[in-house]
Amino acid sequence: MSAVLAATEVSSGQQALTSALFLSFVAITLYITFRASRATKTAADYYAGGRSFSGLQNGVAIGGDYMSAASFLGIAGIIALSGYDGFLYSIGFLVAWLVALLLVAELMRNSGKYTMGDVLAFRMRQRPVRAAAGVSTIVVSIFYLIAQMVGAGALVSLLLGVSSETAKNVTIVAVGALMIFYVVVGGMKGTTYIQIIKALLLMTGATLLTIMVMFQFGWNVSDLLGTAAKESGKGDAFLEPGLRYATEAQGLTGKLDLISLGLALVLGTAGLPHILIRFYTVPTAHAARKSVVWGIWIIGSFYLMTLALGFGAAALVGPEAITAQDPAGNTAAPQLAREVGAEVFGTTGGTIMLAFIASVAFATILAVVAGLTLASSSSVAHDVYANYVHRGEAPEGQEVKVARISAFVIGAVAIVLSIYAQKLNVAFLVALAFAVAASANLPAILYSLFWKRFNTAGAVAAIYGGLISAVGLVIFSPVVSGKVKVDPATGEETSAALFGLGTDFHWFPLDNPGIVSIPLGFFFGWLGTVLSKEHNEYKAAELEVRSLTGVGMEKASVH
Amino acid sequence: MSDIRQDSDRLVAMQNSPEFARLRKAYRGFAFPMTAVFLSWYLLYVLASGWARDFMGTELWGNINVAYVFGLLQFVSTFLIAWLYERHMEKKVDPLAARIRDELEGGVSVR
Repeated sequence: MSAVLAATEVSSGQQALTSALFLSFVAITLYITFRASRATKTAADYYAGGRSFSGLQNGVAIGGDYMSAASFLGIAGIIALSGYDGFLYSIGFLVAWLVALLLVAELMRNSGKYTMGDVLAFRMRQRPVRAAAGVSTIVVSIFYLIAQMVGAGALVSLLLGVSSETAKNVTIVAVGALMIFYVVVGGMKGTTYIQIIKALLLMTGATLLTIMVMFQFGWNVSDLLGTAAKESGKGDAFLEPGLRYATEAQGLTGKLDLISLGLALVLGTAGLPHILIRFYTVPTAHAARKSVVWGIWIIGSFYLMTLALGFGAAALVGPEAITAQDPAGNTAAPQLAREVGAEVFGTTGGTIMLAFIASVAFATILAVVAGLTLASSSSVAHDVYANYVHRGEAPEGQEVKVARISAFVIGAVAIVLSIYAQKLNVAFLVALAFAVAASANLPAILYSLFWKRFNTAGAVAAIYGGLISAVGLVIFSPVVSGKVKVDPATGEETSAALFGLGTDFHWFPLDNPGIVSIPLGFFFGWLGTVLSKEHNEYKAAELEVRSLTGVGMEKASVH
Repeated sequence: MSDIRQDSDRLVAMQNSPEFARLRKAYRGFAFPMTAVFLSWYLLYVLASGWARDFMGTELWGNINVAYVFGLLQFVSTFLIAWLYERHMEKKVDPLAARIRDELEGGVSVR
């Protein structure tokens, strides 16, 4: 239904313009990737961009890696349809960066080399911890990848007006092929430049839209909110928490679910492997700190603008027009672009704005999936191949070769999974990726950096314990089976879960596992530690002294 | 660099030295309490969004209610804490860390 409407609404001029803009982005990024590949000679170049990016460059790249389509299109859509509740996401996603800044970024830069596993395995027996770090890196990245790639497939049909199954599959394959190319050829250097370009494009697009929306409302925020509330048909409730999360009907379960989501958002970021490896791309811990501070400014400004985008879409486009294109609201921002573009510059202006924002959305997805592929292939090559299989004795050239092959394989697997996952309801995968990162990775990282007694058994228990708890609880949660959406107009029931109607084996009441699985991750890490007598005093001293002073840290490569 | 790695006893001695204790305290003394502060502040916001709906819905200026102001204050506090942390590290922690690093690396400063 929505696809049919979209197809009729997209003009061929806009289609051509969107394609042209997006293809020029692709052309520029391909050129940069080629150039970066010439400067990529050593393993440090491939994995960490030679550690030669400045704090500002890496700060912008952090923004590029982090601001996914889920935050751009997703949050704007949630605000446009459910009002205030979308803002909860923005706040959790931003505050999370303080965990990364205060507790993780610098210490990680000082003590690690290429992957999250470097820090976790630093003072442990290598093989069990490397294997665990590899598993959780791949699980988190694949969940996130599938969510983004399925989103890309859905987006193309809405933005380009091609609704066929083939078009979606072709889009997923094309996005996958580009991301593989970026990572295999450009490594971290190429990927970082792509993140920087994408972040600049996204900030430009969001700023432009925000200015145009605010201009429409005479820079009066209260007016914007008032009009949005009126157009939403929900009145004042639209401007308060509770329309989407923890609704009155959900009672206590809903409120616990809200806390559970909030915890995963705020604690997950500092455990996302593709974010953690960004800290290795700068020469010093001081630069890592600077880059996170820059990242916080960029990401914070962006999330503030999501308010204008979401409420602007509610006020100027209206919920009927938005849900007619996409019931989840993911096209609210592009639709808003057409609307304000047309109001400010006339119909042609609307077409241009829509084409620009649509290509920014594609660039956003492309950059994030490239970051994820790089993180997981680095972990396969460095943690699993070099340190688990070869016990740290693999020749360096071989390791980078394996990293490139892994990027290819992981990309291919992600393409195939995404094509299958298209027909399923996979919106929960982003929240699940954050929950796993918070439950498995964060406890292991914090214990490693701050608890002297922590040991191999603790690290392995924290990672597998947190991972299995988070994934296990979600399998038996309503988002996998049992969640039903009732159309308020017709009373028709559809499945809002991974499985269709009629399949229901859920017993865990919440959509989000964090409130249980995060404490479990920390608990297992503690339990594993105290049950084992292992304690490597020398390595523990080395890690602590090194993490706080940077003594013996990996240097930037000189070309 | 490699003899630093082999010289584990020196690192253990450094870890137990009063000057390293000062460095550790300078870093943790800021980072740990501040983490407790911003996490509690954030949790308070989430709890209020779930349980204090009437309070959050109180209108302050026109259509702007407590929920927006509370939310915007989360942005302000995040920017502020990031800035305070950076300033604290540059003034109180970096000099201590640099001195210890120089000492361990034989006076050659790392650039």
